[in-house]
Amino acid sequence: MNWHQICDIDLLLPEYGVPVLVGDHPVAVFRTHDDQLFAVGNVDPYCGAGVISRGIVGDRAGEPTVASPMLKQVFSLRTGQCLDDPGTRLPVFPVRRREAFVEVALP
Amino acid sequence: MTRTLVVVGHGMVGHRLVDTLRERDEADTWRIVVLGEEPRPAYDRVALSSYLDGKSAEDLSLTGQDVVDDPMVELRLNTAVTGVDTGARAVTLADGESLTYDALVLATGSKPFVPPVPGHELPGTFVYRTLEDLDAIREAATEGRDGVVIGGGLLGLEAANALRLLGMRPHVVEMAPRLMPLQVDEGGGQVLRGLVEELGLTVHTGAATASIDGEEHVTGVTLADGTVIDTDLVVFSAGVRPRDELAEIAGAARGERGGFLVDDACRTTVDGVWAIGECAAVGGRCYGLVAPGYAMAEGVAEQLLELGEGTFPGADMSTKLKLLGVDVASFGDAHGTTEGALEVVYANNAAGTYAKLVLSDDARVLLGGVLVGDAGAYAVLRPLVDRELPAPPEQLLLPAGSGVDSGALPDDATVCSCNNVTKGQITCAIAEHGLTDVGEVKSCTKAGTSCGSCVPMLKTLLGECGVATSKALCEHFGQSRAELFEIAQATGIGSFSELITKHGSGRGCDICKPAVASILASLGNGHILEGEQAALQDTNDRFLANIQRNGTYSVVPRIPGGEITPDKLIVLGEVAKEFGLYTKITGGQRIDLFGARVEQLPEVWKRLVDAGFESGHAYGKALRTVKSCVGNDWCRYGVQDSVSMAIRLELRYRGLRSPHKLKSAVSGCARECAEARGKDFGVIATDKGWNLYVGGNGGFTPRHAELLAADLDDERLIQLIDRFLMFYVRTADRLQRTSAWLESLDGGLEHLKEVIVEDSLGIADELESAMQRHVDTYSDEWAGVLADPGKLSRFVSFVNAPGAPDPTIRFISERGQVRPGPVVLPMPAIGSHTQEVRS
Ligand code: SRM
Ligand SMILES: Cc1cc2nc3c(=O)[nH]c(=O)nc-3n(C[C@H](O)[C@H](O)[C@H](O)COP(=O)(O)OP(=O)(O)OC[C@H]3O[C@@H](n4cnc5c(N)ncnc54)[C@H](O)[C@@H]3O)c2cc1C
Ligand code: SF4
Ligand code: FES
Repeated sequence: MNWHQICDIDLLLPEYGVPVLVGDHPVAVFRTHDDQLFAVGNVDPYCGAGVISRGIVGDRAGEPTVASPMLKQVFSLRTGQCLDDPGTRLPVFPVRRREAFVEVALP
Repeated sequence: MTRTLVVVGHGMVGHRLVDTLRERDEADTWRIVVLGEEPRPAYDRVALSSYLDGKSAEDLSLTGQDVVDDPMVELRLNTAVTGVDTGARAVTLADGESLTYDALVLATGSKPFVPPVPGHELPGTFVYRTLEDLDAIREAATEGRDGVVIGGGLLGLEAANALRLLGMRPHVVEMAPRLMPLQVDEGGGQVLRGLVEELGLTVHTGAATASIDGEEHVTGVTLADGTVIDTDLVVFSAGVRPRDELAEIAGAARGERGGFLVDDACRTTVDGVWAIGECAAVGGRCYGLVAPGYAMAEGVAEQLLELGEGTFPGADMSTKLKLLGVDVASFGDAHGTTEGALEVVYANNAAGTYAKLVLSDDARVLLGGVLVGDAGAYAVLRPLVDRELPAPPEQLLLPAGSGVDSGALPDDATVCSCNNVTKGQITCAIAEHGLTDVGEVKSCTKAGTSCGSCVPMLKTLLGECGVATSKALCEHFGQSRAELFEIAQATGIGSFSELITKHGSGRGCDICKPAVASILASLGNGHILEGEQAALQDTNDRFLANIQRNGTYSVVPRIPGGEITPDKLIVLGEVAKEFGLYTKITGGQRIDLFGARVEQLPEVWKRLVDAGFESGHAYGKALRTVKSCVGNDWCRYGVQDSVSMAIRLELRYRGLRSPHKLKSAVSGCARECAEARGKDFGVIATDKGWNLYVGGNGGFTPRHAELLAADLDDERLIQLIDRFLMFYVRTADRLQRTSAWLESLDGGLEHLKEVIVEDSLGIADELESAMQRHVDTYSDEWAGVLADPGKLSRFVSFVNAPGAPDPTIRFISERGQVRPGPVVLPMPAIGSHTQEVRS
């Protein structure tokens, strides 16, 4: 797999997403309260704008989620699946922590 | 076989007949032709006056598209019936056309009675019955002039209020020794008079009108005692007369005092012809209220469908009104005419309340009563008429809630008298259909759909049936916003994590996080992007700007009161030009710069802050703008300095976080150029000071703000606004504007006045000092970001490529400025989503 070093882990505040560029791909990276990392596509499939990283992180019945800040559709951080509209999903990217760094891979 | 029913008159009662018949005629046995003389379909005449107080003709309309689309109903407007040939079973129209019927129902209502005093036909005289009448009055009204209403009954007082709303000084001339002689007694009349005089009405009781004076137009009214009122507008409201013009032609008998004489099944003396509503004299008696008319309509529908006898059960003449903000109710045997009846009277002249209960000779059965000033007990008392009292009489009059609850009501007690619905029918419907709120009860049972006075009881019944309307904020918190506010305030919990761990579950969502962020901000928790709070904010608050459809942001600097110097205007122009931003004047008297990328926001704001601008909070659930008119500095009509006051208010409340956004305005005189009554709190200058209005709203459900207090000096004005805002901030639900909050407040405006103006809860000091803390600790959020490298570092397009522009953002140009380019949808393609992709 082709891992890209993204940023210092300290730049990732809990439940506060950040936008990153992996190759040409805009990706949103999240760190949840229990220190898990997630990476999904940053572009909201409903409006075409790169805003997913700015959404509010939380959970729906235990499933970690992010809500698009544009029209508030909620997506699973694990699968990218839109929980309000099962036909739609965000791409999901492998993400991991190496030492003090966050790395994202293109699938 | 389909038969034809012709209905003459599409008023409230004719409408109810059509409605009931269509609802129950499952086999389509009747085709209905409705002939209405008015230019529009039936509307809520009972609520006619609200047409001058914010409601539109559409709001008042009773007919929906279903009637228009119904192939079994033909509705012909502007169509007067001029003749009836009962032999041929046909009606004729003004243009000679003739229509045959199998059954004919007359529902022609009443016309206002105009006493034949000299001058009664002069231009400048009006009646008060139709929307067109109100249009004509509105047209003729002159602000500040005296207007005269002849007749001091229910409708006369409504007409007087209408004149007041139009800015006139109303006089009411009533022949009887008291106002509303039919509904209230001597004592109630006195209290009522005091209350309406306080509102600026001049009342002449025991006064006959001698003449309406003038040559070509009304110039005055002379009373029998010689008093002359200088006026050019007179409204007659001296009672109504049934419209029974068709009686002779049809060969139908009239009642002694007019009206089509009908038996208790509403049958006229002519075969196949019924009369219902105000035009029907049932056993000789006409009923001037809508509820008896509805009962007649339903009875006739029953007969036509052969579902029953459909006899008119007699009428409950109870009424509850809010006239000029004064509650008046009378029910049952209000005048104590029953043999041996006892009267118990409770009067409080200081509070302006009067209550009388009429009891049976052994004081055990409630026969009727009169309530003036506070009719809170009406909902409980009216259904108890003719029943044994469940509690001592004085206890029944205590404010709603502390007296008797609806559990004391037997199942067959009528709860909604307008629509004749009993408690049992409502509780059954709730259980059977699983109804969960008042709206559902209304549409299922029709209770509460007319005058609305039974709505509080519907709520109580829902509660008693165990329907708890959930107040939970979201799946993470079972509490309402107001409860969470109390918890945060009482415990001093200062972070979302602690609050959700101790009082909620899970990790939160886009509903509870911003709501809690707002609560913490209202309690003074420092900069909204400090520490953990940053992750709670909606994107607008997170970037202190408003997100746009392409992911860029708009920038709205504060322009207090809409006043701006040329130098500052130039800076806005320069900044827009330099950063390529689209500029637009907003509806809130300020300037919006659109299309800034996240990474540009700090640079844009650096320029603005240096030029003396600060955040306008267009992005926050916070104070937006205090709009102002030009006021007495420049305007020839202005009586106070509206601009200075608007700026003072805007600077005082800027940055205040609240359950929803807050808007305000200050107008320099009653012309109201700043539209203050459309705002959450609006201030209108008077020659004595300021009037404060609260609970206004534009937007989705417009509502006019209501007067909270009048003629205030500057300091008292600010004191009351402080209290009002803080009380709202603490007790409202999430995303509940002040208008909806006020509507949901138990006791409504009156209760609010008690809390804010009279400090009935003893919390005014605390509210004021909470506001003072807010004022003392305010600092500009954008200046705060610019001074903090940690916060600034989050304003980047990509954390690993801070300079790279986001490739999804593209602009095209239009009318010399930029706008977002068409959306290019990303890969992978979207599946079967329902949302339209807008371009
Ligand atoms: C910019 C502006 C339109 C304009 O170009 O004139 C505007 C723009 C927006 N309005 Fe508005 N409203 C603007 C004046 C108004 C007014 C007029 C006024 O304030 O006098 C109203 C009706 C008055 C009222 O609120 O009572 C108004 C009623 C709304 C509503 C409906 C609120 C309601 O209670 O029903 C929303 C939706 C909401 O808040 O939930 C809304 C929401 C919005 C949002 C925030 C929608 C959104 O979330 O993207 C828009 C984004 C603004 C931006 O990007 O800057 N806007 N909006 C006006 C900004 C005024 C300002 O200087 O701050
Ligand atoms: C300002 C105001 C406030 C009121 N407040 C209350 C209240 O609080 N509570 C209450 O119970 N009642 C109230 N009323 C009374 C209530 O509005 C009436 O009781 C009710 O409207 C009667 O309904 P109706 O259908 O019999 O008559 P209307 O509603 O008057 O309808 C009769 C219709 O027939 C039409 N018509 C007449 N003749 C012909 C013809 N020859 N051909 C074709 N069409 C014809 C008329 O134009 C009219 O549209 C109020 C009335 C007014 C004006
Ligand atoms: S509200 Fe009155 S003072 Fe203000 S601009 Fe209008 S007319 Fe002038
Ligand atoms: S009593 Fe009038 S609507 Fe129910």
